[in-house]
Amino acid sequence: MTTNVTEHLTPSDYAAIARELDAIRDEISADLGDHDADYIHRIIRWQRGLEIGGRALLMASVLPPAWVAGTATLSVAKILENMEIGHNVMHGQWDWMRDPKIHSTTWEWDNVSPAEQWKHSHNFVHHTFTNVLGMDHDVGYGILRVRAEQPWHPANLPQPVYNALLAMFFEYGVALHDLDLEKIRKGTADPEVTKEKLRQIGRKIRRQWGKDYIAFPLLSGPQFLSTLSANFSANIIRNVWAHMIIFCGHFPGDVDVFEVTEDRLEGESKGEWYVRQLLGSANITGGKLFHIMTGNLSHQIEHHLFPDLPSNRYAEIAPRVRALCEKYDLPYHTGPLAKQVTSTWKKIFRYALPGPKTVPVPPRAPLAKEAVAA
Amino acid sequence: MSPQATRQRTPVRRLVSATRWLTTPLLPEDYLGLVNPLWSTAELRGRIEHIHPEAPGTVTITIKPGPDWAGHRPGQWVKIGVDVDGVRHWRTFSLSAPRTSDGRLRLTVKTNPDGVVSRYLAERAEPGEIVRLEQADGEFTLPSPIPDRLLFLTAGSGITPVMAMLRSLTESDALPDTVVVHSARTADDVIFGAELRALAARHPRLTLHVRHTATDGRFKPADLPDVCPDWTTRDAWVCGPADMLDEAEAHWRTADAADRLRVERFRPVLAGAGGEGGRVRFCASDVTVDADGATPLLDAGEKAGALLPSGCRMGICYSCVGRLRSGQVRDLRTGEVHGEEGHLVQTCISAAAGPVEIEL
Repeated sequence: MTTNVTEHLTPSDYAAIARELDAIRDEISADLGDHDADYIHRIIRWQRGLEIGGRALLMASVLPPAWVAGTATLSVAKILENMEIGHNVMHGQWDWMRDPKIHSTTWEWDNVSPAEQWKHSHNFVHHTFTNVLGMDHDVGYGILRVRAEQPWHPANLPQPVYNALLAMFFEYGVALHDLDLEKIRKGTADPEVTKEKLRQIGRKIRRQWGKDYIAFPLLSGPQFLSTLSANFSANIIRNVWAHMIIFCGHFPGDVDVFEVTEDRLEGESKGEWYVRQLLGSANITGGKLFHIMTGNLSHQIEHHLFPDLPSNRYAEIAPRVRALCEKYDLPYHTGPLAKQVTSTWKKIFRYALPGPKTVPVPPRAPLAKEAVAA
Repeated sequence: MSPQATRQRTPVRRLVSATRWLTTPLLPEDYLGLVNPLWSTAELRGRIEHIHPEAPGTVTITIKPGPDWAGHRPGQWVKIGVDVDGVRHWRTFSLSAPRTSDGRLRLTVKTNPDGVVSRYLAERAEPGEIVRLEQADGEFTLPSPIPDRLLFLTAGSGITPVMAMLRSLTESDALPDTVVVHSARTADDVIFGAELRALAARHPRLTLHVRHTATDGRFKPADLPDVCPDWTTRDAWVCGPADMLDEAEAHWRTADAADRLRVERFRPVLAGAGGEGGRVRFCASDVTVDADGATPLLDAGEKAGALLPSGCRMGICYSCVGRLRSGQVRDLRTGEVHGEEGHLVQTCISAAAGPVEIEL
């Protein structure tokens, strides 16, 4: 399935695609200014205000309306913090402002996954090897079979249950992500490195639990348990939401997966890289507020093409990327949330069972070098 | 002494540090800042309260600093960080007044046609805006006790740190026998012109000589005996363009009075001594960039996305230094190539001379 949609592209098409997308990047980068800085400052102010509001409401968490309102507010604050702020700041989208308080090298997020490890597993491994089987651990997160190309194992049978659990405790899944479970299983991971990473995760979990499950519940006095349950719920809601949005980014429908070898990737031209990102991602349609609540990962395609451009610009880039796809007859995966979620879950259920048989795709010959040089 | 060393572990601070449990992974001040951005301990901030035109192309800015401001001595400079078109820029400017009774700072900024920050402050900044500050620094100050006879030799915006000293001396009624020799292009260009004249009129011990260089030509140290015959026996402060400072240093040395001379350099001597350049690796930032031999390491790194410390960008304030891990750098002021492993180099005035690794 990989080659079918790109068979018609010539080396000069790839070169032209690279040129056109580079031009969009340059144009947006050159235009960054006060307007963008105001946007992220505003989002951060809103997020902090909502967090204070949610925590304050939960000081009366024994009253059911306060519990519901507080949990909802805190959930929104946590979602904003992880997605529109944390994820994007750690991508370096706001590094151009040179503000040490909003910088990829200094940001730590409200999540049990330590920023440093997340930046490695996400920014490097996932964004470089997007949807390359065996290299991008986001393909099934090491525990799910989401492609026909992945070999089936009886352990895959209960995977809808695994996925539901992964959704609820997604931040822990993300935290364990950089440990590279596959390598640990095979015994090829350096045990010292793994131990140090586990120590970091442990420290981060202690701080997060200390805040959500000890300090704030204690602060609410006799309402300890109801505040604890509210904070726990807010974390679960954030986890489920983030899991849903992220799974919609790479797994729905006919989003491509790539069976390519490492040396194939090494010779990959900029144009081929762009096309792989394009085919390996899917957008979700929705309104402005929805896009903000997804951290603009509803513009997953644009995010994968330009991971370090500020997220508030993806919406204006999207129509141009879509036009480019039409021009070069490439698919542009997009759809409403319900459709993308259904399609993702269908896959989780389908691939719990063995099959279907796949026709191995012969590896493409590397593109002529003139295209790379062009 | 670092500003941190003077910080006290007060009960309030202990409480704030306990509340970190509630705000992790952020700091309490990240939330308190929603109420008052000046309540910050991790980064010193100030609020611009007033911007006042001082002379053509020169403004005086009044800033209310955050509670952590440790004060300053007249003559010192301050590093100020402002966001211009969304991007943080740091520069140093002289404080032109002692701290006011209501705790405000005043700094005087002369616009440089190519100066991003000076132009922003003079033309676009508005009262109410929050700026970042660092504690005041600099040794171009009055000693204690104050010597009996003083000489200030200044040109252009070089008057600003001297103005802080004069204001402090006159305010506290401690003005000794003082001579001020100031050069500016025309009468209109004299920063603090009216105030200087008023001070001189009010204080008989203050003698003011103003040279208008557009009509009378540049003031040379050789002209000193005419306006201040006993200049060799006075404690002298000289501030102005680099060539004036070079001349002054030579002149005082010849007169065997170099120990009475203090200078403040405002403009770098960017000789533009081009070299071969090289690949620069900023180890802590994990950024690698190919820099040519005329681009300061700081500029090259920032362009490549590294978050680097910076300050005056002219080799004065040492805010930008980084430890050299390997390679050599060229001092853009002198053209000299230097550097050994472990040396601290000023990234704002050093360019790569071959491949360089720096621990920033």
